[in-house]
Amino acid sequence: MDKIKGKAWKFGDNIDTDVIIPARYLNTTDPEELAKHCMEDADPEFSKKVNKGDIIVAGKNFGCGSSREHAPIAIKACGIACVIAESFARIFYRNAFNTGLLILECPEAVKEIDTGDELEIYPEEGKIINLTKNKVFFTKPLPPFMKEILDDGGLIPHIMKKFKN
Amino acid sequence: MKKRPMTLAEKILAIKLKRDYVEPGELVEVPVDLTLANDITAPLAIKIFESTNIGKVFDPKKIVLVMDHFTPNKDIKSAEQVRLCREFARKYKISHYYEGGNCGIEHALLPELGLVGPGDIVIGADSHTCTYGALGAFATGVGSTDLAAAWITGKTWFKVPETIKFVYYGRPKPWITGKDLILYTIGDIGVDGALYKAMEFTGETIKKLSMAERFTMANMAIEAGGKVGLIEPDKITLAYIKNRFKREPVILKADKNAKYIEIREYDVSKIDLLVALPHLPSNVRPVKALPDKIYIDQVVIGSCTNGRIEDLAIAAKILKNRKVNPNVRCIIIPATPKIYYEALKRGYIRVFIEAGAIVSPPTCGPCLGGHIGILAKGEKAVATTNRNFVGRMGHPESEVYLSGPAVAAASAVLGYIGTPEELGLREED
Repeated sequence: MDKIKGKAWKFGDNIDTDVIIPARYLNTTDPEELAKHCMEDADPEFSKKVNKGDIIVAGKNFGCGSSREHAPIAIKACGIACVIAESFARIFYRNAFNTGLLILECPEAVKEIDTGDELEIYPEEGKIINLTKNKVFFTKPLPPFMKEILDDGGLIPHIMKKFKN
Repeated sequence: MKKRPMTLAEKILAIKLKRDYVEPGELVEVPVDLTLANDITAPLAIKIFESTNIGKVFDPKKIVLVMDHFTPNKDIKSAEQVRLCREFARKYKISHYYEGGNCGIEHALLPELGLVGPGDIVIGADSHTCTYGALGAFATGVGSTDLAAAWITGKTWFKVPETIKFVYYGRPKPWITGKDLILYTIGDIGVDGALYKAMEFTGETIKKLSMAERFTMANMAIEAGGKVGLIEPDKITLAYIKNRFKREPVILKADKNAKYIEIREYDVSKIDLLVALPHLPSNVRPVKALPDKIYIDQVVIGSCTNGRIEDLAIAAKILKNRKVNPNVRCIIIPATPKIYYEALKRGYIRVFIEAGAIVSPPTCGPCLGGHIGILAKGEKAVATTNRNFVGRMGHPESEVYLSGPAVAAASAVLGYIGTPEELGLREED
């Protein structure tokens, strides 16, 4: 996985899937359409302000609520390269891996990042550098099974590999 | 292999894997008894499934598709989504496809039809799939990709969860239902209090609860972050599944000396009628302790949480010979056609219409801000639904207050959030 460099967008605890992508837009599965409304109820201009490669930083229980996979799809399609949070809700956690959105659990980093900070992330090493504040953090290592899914390019390629054998 | 005492969640997984035991933290791949998706999540799963060109589902009898969220189709895009699901169901001869007159809210419909039962492993592309834990099924929500993967392999993976045991004892006060018990619990442990964990609801109070109330409790396990919300099957469970569930139920109980990560005990006799204030289901207060009168614009009685006949019975008792406050729109949504018909036979629908309430066809509708009762900026609603997140029922500056059916119906009459006692009503009357 390549290095990620971008600006941080900070959110609080319990960012739910209704905030990430409101249900009123779930009559489509088109990533571009979903991206336009990403985080709309928290910040109506969010999708317009984000640049490709930017990073969402949030508190506890990110992605709580519904099982809609439209949530990680919307985040990814609006250009966000990674979500760093203190913790993730369990369905969102699975969905992020399954759809190829990089997520990192790192409470220490979250506390030391503010909106606008420039971040550099080395996914393979689990290293997060806050260039603005000149601080370095290391995330918990990925569980081997989750890494296997990522290395195979998502859940579907992973099971197809096994299934065909 | 040496046995180890197991919680209910561990036991269901171990039996399914034909193993003596499983331990929290280990990853297991288990066969699924049933998979579920709806009109929002199925289209995505179908696209993912078709992209593999596998051409065959693992078992067309174990796939359930319920078109309940935006139906009857609210707009062209929703209609297109449902068309995609309908064509998929025809192409793969899916046994359980529900749209139109046979369609109800998925988590009320599946148990009612006997499609799910004790000991089952169920995954659904809907977070409230945990509802079936009330029957003693290991049932949990997943995304569309996980679901599509199960359509191919017939299996899914889980990390065996640790279990928190919740023990409820004591006699509930009048009008208190399972909704108040689960709101109290979420208020106690928080919206991530059971993150990644199994919740096991036990105790003398649970043993006396109706299936409807048990479904309500298990339904909201996800609102505490839980993976599953389980209740041991007992006489009440068996009476419910009789003549519905066609397979052999697997009746399991937690071992006496099973290891729980935490045990919490609640004296139910001390729990008052509750409401969860915006914007988290954990923001729970006793209604009588609200400092000011909160005037409301809408009441919703329905959803996979509280749209069953028992919920409508409570609403009918309160609305009978009363009028919905002129400032309030009271929307009542029977969760399935069968519940609707039963409400009609019992005279509830007449009571609702005479009271000035609106009776909707079965749909998730306003619960997720889909249709049939969207809130304008600044409007407030009391709802028997499960989430009160920002913008959940409409405008981002609207507010949802979660309650059980008694508070919702009483509030519809009062025009502000209140209790049946404020109408001079006693539960025994």
